[in-house]
Formats: sequence, structure tokens, C-alpha cells
Amino acid sequence: MHPNDVILQTVTKVLAFIIVIFSFYVFLAGHHNPGGGFIGALTTACAFLLVSVSFDIETVKKMIPVDFKTIMAVGLLIAVISGVLPFFFGENFLWQTFDYFDLPLLGNTELATALVFDIGVYLVVIAVVLAVIFTIGEEQ
Amino acid sequence: MSNLIVFPLLIPFLAAIILLFIRKSVTAERILSIIAGIATILVSGWLVIDVYNQGVISYAVGGWDPPFGIALVADPLSALLVLFASIVVFVCVLFSIKGIDEVRVKFYFYPLVQFLLLGVIGAFLTGDIFNLFVFFEVLLMASYGLITLGGSRAQLQESIKYVLINVISSAFFIAAVAYLYAVVGTLNIAHLSERVAEIGQPGIVTVIAFLFLIVFGMKAAIFPLYFWLPGSYSAPPPVITALFAGLLTKVGIYAIMRIFTIIFHHQPQITHMVLEILAILTMVVGVIGAVAYNDMQKVVVYNVVAGVGFIIFGISSFNEAGLFGAGFYLLHDMLIKAALFLLIGAIMIVTQTSSMKNASGLIKQYPLLGWSFLIAALSLAGIPPFSGFFGKLYLFQGGIEAGQYISVIIMIFVSLLLLYSVMRIFFNVVLGEENHASQNEKANIKGLLYPSMILLFLSFVMGFGAEFFVPHLTNAAEVLLNPEIYIEAVLKE
Repeated sequence: MHPNDVILQTVTKVLAFIIVIFSFYVFLAGHHNPGGGFIGALTTACAFLLVSVSFDIETVKKMIPVDFKTIMAVGLLIAVISGVLPFFFGENFLWQTFDYFDLPLLGNTELATALVFDIGVYLVVIAVVLAVIFTIGEEQ
Repeated sequence: MSNLIVFPLLIPFLAAIILLFIRKSVTAERILSIIAGIATILVSGWLVIDVYNQGVISYAVGGWDPPFGIALVADPLSALLVLFASIVVFVCVLFSIKGIDEVRVKFYFYPLVQFLLLGVIGAFLTGDIFNLFVFFEVLLMASYGLITLGGSRAQLQESIKYVLINVISSAFFIAAVAYLYAVVGTLNIAHLSERVAEIGQPGIVTVIAFLFLIVFGMKAAIFPLYFWLPGSYSAPPPVITALFAGLLTKVGIYAIMRIFTIIFHHQPQITHMVLEILAILTMVVGVIGAVAYNDMQKVVVYNVVAGVGFIIFGISSFNEAGLFGAGFYLLHDMLIKAALFLLIGAIMIVTQTSSMKNASGLIKQYPLLGWSFLIAALSLAGIPPFSGFFGKLYLFQGGIEAGQYISVIIMIFVSLLLLYSVMRIFFNVVLGEENHASQNEKANIKGLLYPSMILLFLSFVMGFGAEFFVPHLTNAAEVLLNPEIYIEAVLKE
């Protein structure tokens, strides 16, 4: 298809990493700044799409060896479990809490249980976007 | 246990997720669906008993008290509807063991059914109008999946209309919520009711009420907005139409019931008069369709439309008898419409046609099927020992108490014609000379009959044991007539 896409592929190799790192930043910043699970996942999906455009879909499938639908189900499960866990502490469904921890490297960090729910959202959105685009792409 | 109200939502949700993991094995999927179905029925039965003992139950999701957080509210009506919805889904899962092809099962039939149940139960239990929208979308997304599942030509053709109509009505829903939020500044239904009462429902709020009527009327298929229903309910396989007929329009009706009794009840001379006119027109259109067609599926589909008219009429009477009748008829209708679609599905497997002209004399080879259909038809029309009778009786009483004499007379005629429309199927297809596709080799419908028998038995129990339902539905009508009970339970002032 593209006989001379050396430039595109080289740029992609660098750019995909930057996009993924930025998407992680956006994902983790969601609690206090604009960002969160949804936009973080869309950005990560963009990195995979860029790879699939400049190489091909097979490369992406090698990078993610799991079926997208399974990732979707895992994401949903994580979100539901984060809602159910408060039952064991005598709290209501989807109850959230946060606390400060001294982590190595990061220092005093605020960790919120909302992050667990967000990881679920993150996985579902990535899986849905990639599943939709690759399903349409494969039929041609 | 205070978390009980979440479990009718959690069980179908968890079941749907686990079904996504085990989609390779059809048997495992079926076993899990049946277990989840039984668990949902037990939990919602427990919820019904709890609501009966304690009155309206309100639950603050995430620990944020309403009106600031989302509230789940179970009042007698919604608890009963949750129970009946889980029964209908369980029975359809039983039917699907024999009644649906493996290709469809492999493409997420069971997860979609569980997601549909999740959306329906969520819509019944939520106490927040935007959350209601979200659960509507959950059940609609699942129904889009189910209506196209299999990808036959007719299904794709009808699903375009269905999706288009529902996307438009969802956009109207959002607009209506936005207007209402702009006027009163809250989304919690109890708090909305309080604030609308404070400002005495001025003109703009009545306009918003009509916008909601358009939205829910489109989902529930009331008169000018019913046009999408006959096509899209006859395209997919019988199990899926039985699920749709038993659940989807009922959610729309429940939403109309909820908002017109709790939020917009201050100008009944406008809103409830319009409801009455639309109810009568819905019945008339439904009965005209039911009598006009020679296609069995179409006849039952138009019976769904007419049934919607009856329940809306009960809401328009707006007195205890009318709302009691509407509640009773709503529950009866869920059971009997699902049973009729499942029976028609079994008949169509035997005759291999949906036209009543090309088949007759089923009773000789399939006596059980024939008599079950007769019972379903009689129950639908409201012959005394069966469940349709009490619902209609109270609807008539409510109509007379509210002085809607002409409407009651029309309703009686409509009931007669509906009886005629289903008895026509009985006389043409079940009785008569033996002439149908599987005349020589007997088609195997063993596994297809007992699910509808379960529904018919429950309908029979509802008719004979109506006394058992009366106190519960009286509580339901009381909550609908006195919004203070609901508001007090939710806002706890």
C-alpha cells in the first residue's frame, strides 16, 4: 500500500510512546484536574490506532494478545467490584474514600478508591474503541 | 439488610459480565442464565416483602443523601414490577433453550438479555430523573442488539426505524430534563415533586410535562407515536418479541405513571384530560389493527398497543380505583403478553407460517398448545377466573368514579373486539380441519410449551388469588395518590 512510509513508521515509533505517557498522565490527573478514565482511554486508543495506520492491524493485535471483548468484560468487572467492596465495610453501594500514603519515589500521595472504578472505565473504553474500529477495518 | 435494593440490579449485571467470559460454551451460558434468573426472582421477591412490611424504601447510592446523590427508591408498585420483570426474563430464558438457534446464542444473546433486565430493573427502581434516562439507554442499547441479532433482512429493515425513533425520543428526553432542570434546579424525583408543588406548576412546567409525555409515549407506544411498534415487534424471533412486549413498553408506561402522579399532578384538568383522549385513541387504533390483520403475530402486536391504552386510561382517572386497576393490569399485561408471544412462537414453529389462513386444526396433534392458547386468549380479554378481569373491573370502576362514562363504554366495546381478535386465531388455527406444515411428522415443541404454561399459571394465580395482591396494590395506589409518602421516604425530613 505505502511503499515508502519509512518516515511515518519512524515518527510513529517515537510518537506512540509520548501519546501513551500523556494518556496515563491525563488518566491519573482526573481527580484534581481535567482528565479521567474516559479521555485517558481515548488517548491511549489513539496511540494504538496510529500504530495500526502506519504498520497494520496485525501489529496491534500482537501488542495486545488478549481479545478486546475480554478486556471489556474485565473492565466492567473491575468497576462493579469497586462498587460492591464497600458492602464489606458496612457502607452503601459505590461508596468512595481516599487517604494519603507515603510511597517510594512519589512521596506523600493521595490515593482515592475512585481510581479503581476509573481503571474499569479506562479498560472498557479502550476495548470498545479498538473493537469497533478493527471490526469495521477487517471487513474490507 | 439495607443493601437489598441493589441486588436486583447487581445480579443481572454480574451475570451479564460473567456471560461475556464464558461465551464459548452454550451450555454453561444457559445454566448461568437460569441460576441468575432464579436469584433475581428470589431477591426481588424478598424486596417486595420488605417494601410491604416497611413502606417505601429509599437507598442513597455512594452514601450521598438525596437530593444530592442518586437515590434508589422501591415503592410497592416498582417492587412488584421488578419481580414480574425478572419472572418474564426467566421464563424467556427457559424458552430460549429450545426456541433460539445456536448462532444467535453465540453472538451474545444471553448477555444482552441480562443487560436488558438490568436496564428495566434500574428504570423501575431509580429515584432520579437523569438516572432514569441512563437506565433507559441501557435497556435500549440491549434491545438494539437483540432486535438486529441474527441479521435477517426484515430485522435490519425494522431495526433502522426502531433505532431512529428511539434516538430521537432520547434526544427529546434530554431536552425535557434540561428544561425541567432550568426551571426547578434539581433532578431527584422527590425533590422535583416538592419544588414543582412550591411553584404550583405554572404553564411552562405543564409544557415540560407534555414533552415528557411525548418521550415516554414514544417508548410506550401511545396513539400518535405507536407507528414504529407493529413492524419492529414482528421482525425478530418470538423469544425476543416476548421480552420486548413483556418489558419495554411497560417501562414507558411506568415512567408516565411515575411522573404524572408524583411530579406533574397539579393541573389534572389539562394533563389527565389529554391522557384520557390519547388512551382512548390508543385502544381504538390497537383494536382496529388487531381485528384487521390475518397475521397472527400482527394481531398480538396490536393487542400490545391496545393494552397500553387501558393502562394509560387508569392513570387518567387519577383516583384510587383507577390507579389500582392500572397497576394490576400492568402486572397482568406483562405476564400475558409474554405468554401470548411465546405461544404464537410455538404455533409458528408447527405451522411454519404466521398467516391464519394457511393453517388449521392444530388441536388434534397439539391439544396442550391449543388449550393453553385458549386460556391465554380468555385471560387477555378479562374473563372472570383469570387475571385480566380484576384489572379491567377496577379500571371501569375508576373511570365511572371519575365521570368518564363515554370512555368506559368505548373500553367495553374494545375489550369485546380484542376477545374477537384472539378467538379468531383460536377458531381458525387451533380448531378446524387438519391442515398445517407438520401435519405428517410431528414437530417437537416439548421444551417450548412449559415456559408459557408457567406464565399462564401465574396469571391464573393472580386471578384466583387476587386477594393476595389487593393489599399490596392498594399500598401502591396510595403512594401514587399521595406523593408526600414518597417524598418523606426519600428526603426524610
